[in-house]
Parts: sequence; structure tokens; C-alpha cells
Amino acid sequence: MTKVAKKGKIAILKEICKGCGLCVDVCSQGILGLGDEMNSKGYYFSRINSEKNCTGCAVCAEMCPDLAIEVWRKSNISGNSRK
Amino acid sequence: MKKVFERPKSLKDTPSHFCPGCHSGLIHRLVAEAIDYFKIQERTIGVASVGCSVFLYNYLDVDVIEAPHGRAPAVCTGIKRVRKQNIVFTIQGDGDLAAIGTSEIIHTANRGENITVIFINNAVYGMTGGQMAPTTLLGQRTTTSPYGRDVQQEGYPVRMVELLSGLEGSAFIARAAVNKPANLMKAKKLIRRAFEMQINNMGFSMVEVLSACPTNWGLKPLEANRRVEEEMIPCFPLGVFKEKIQGSEDSRG
Repeated sequence: MTKVAKKGKIAILKEICKGCGLCVDVCSQGILGLGDEMNSKGYYFSRINSEKNCTGCAVCAEMCPDLAIEVWRKSNISGNSRK
Repeated sequence: MKKVFERPKSLKDTPSHFCPGCHSGLIHRLVAEAIDYFKIQERTIGVASVGCSVFLYNYLDVDVIEAPHGRAPAVCTGIKRVRKQNIVFTIQGDGDLAAIGTSEIIHTANRGENITVIFINNAVYGMTGGQMAPTTLLGQRTTTSPYGRDVQQEGYPVRMVELLSGLEGSAFIARAAVNKPANLMKAKKLIRRAFEMQINNMGFSMVEVLSACPTNWGLKPLEANRRVEEEMIPCFPLGVFKEKIQGSEDSRG
């Protein structure tokens, strides 16, 4: 959290993720990808490749059918997709 | 940093049983967000229909009654008539609403019952293994139409939204999709509007939401998502088909 350039942060709840890849498809920065690691249900869950480019737009979380993504954004950036 | 996305309060913290890439999870979340938005969690009663949508009671933190197959609108009618102060809604699939429950939905809409129906249309019977549904697209292969749906044998896909918007009793009828972020935002607004219609006593409201069914379509989640865009939306156009204005002569509000 010390880097100034970083605008957002996401966390993937790997036990909830089913590896459908909808988040990978919609990420404008292309920071997400499906990994080669399995969770306990046997799904290849989604993985963050380069977190530093995350803008915190929350589109991945909006599109996740299983609510497996949590998003944080720097509070001084205007605009909130939630309301 | 501030958390900008979290689980709606009225959605229980339970992993869903839906297949990877199924849009039902998204639609349940949109309903939960609408319930949170109007702060009606305490007075909302859900009716679980039969199909993949049956586990409504596991996911939404509201009171839920389960209805027999196709009869969710009839059960909603009963609840709403005796408990007018409650908000009553159901989530139905296409096998439930458009096949076995056609009679119930048509008459409920025609009577203008003040309830909200969220109709998940994935063009196939999801839970029972991918049989042909009334909404199956022409040429679509299912387990009971292995050569593709043929007009001569099975007829045309039923467009429930167009059908119900022709009835005088219905107040708000719309169709949305959740295949991409822009459509998802529109769907969120339409579902919210449907609940608002009920809160304002305007009468019957229904939102049809197009959904992918990767498992029964035999496609990968992203391919199924693309199919919604390329094949379903041209057959089932999106938009608001009917909306009564509050205070007008034919509204109850």
C-alpha cells in the first residue's frame, strides 16, 4: 500500500472461485488469469498476475457469479460503480 | 484503501451450487442488492420455484416458501393477498415459468397481482439435464432435440415478455441480460425498478434475465457468455416492454 501509483487492490477468495473466467474476460487491465493450481473443489481458480496495475474499478467483482472477489480502492479517487 | 465491493447484506455467506459460469449467481446477487437498496429485507417474502432457482432459501436471507412446480406466481398471489404489507417475489426459471407454469404466470399477470417475478431464461431445462424448454432457440441442440429445435416439430421459442406485456394487468415488464458489465448494470436498474413498482403498489412486475447455461449448452463459460450475446439477444431483444406510470388512470398507485 506504500506505492503511490497503486489505485486499487483485489483479493480472490480461492475456495469460492469456480474458475469460470468471466473476471479474466472483463478486466480492462488484463491483470487476471486462470492459474494451474486447484482449490479443494477441484477448480482452477482465478489468479492475480500483476496487481500493481489494478485500478479498483470492481468490474471483475461485479461480473463474478460467486462473489469470490473483494475490491478496495484508494478513497480519493472519485466515482463508485456500486451506486 | 476503502472496500468498494462487498456481498449484499441480504445474501447469505454461502458458496452457491451453480455451475461455473452460470449467471444465476449474478441474478441472485442483483435481487439481494435491490432488497438492500430499498431496505425491505425484514418484510420480504420469497417464493422458491422448482429448478436451479429452488435453492433461493439457501442464498437469500429472507423468509422463503417453496411452491410446487410452476405454481410460484399462484403462491405469491396467496401470500400477497393476506399480507399486503410484505414484499413478495419469486425467481423462476424458463422450464418452470414458461412450460409447466404458463397458466399461472399469465393469469397472475392478467389479474395484476402486486408481486415481482424475476424470470431466468437460459433456453434449456437446467436442473434436469438439458432437455428442450419452450424458450429453446431454433436449431439449438438439447438432449430432447438432438438434431436442433425444428419449427415443424417443436414450434417457435416462446417470448414471455412480449406475451405478458400485451396483458392489461401487468405494470412493468422488461428483459435484461447479464453477459457483460454494461448489460449487468442495466439489469440491476430494471430489477430495482421491478421492486419499486411493487413497493408503490403499481401491480405485476416481471424482469426476464437472459442467462447462460454452460453445462447444458456443452460450452465453456466464456463461449456460453458469447452465445448469449450472439444468439440469445437477437432472439430475445432487451429493453423495457411495458411500464405503467404512477398516478395514471390504469395504475393502482
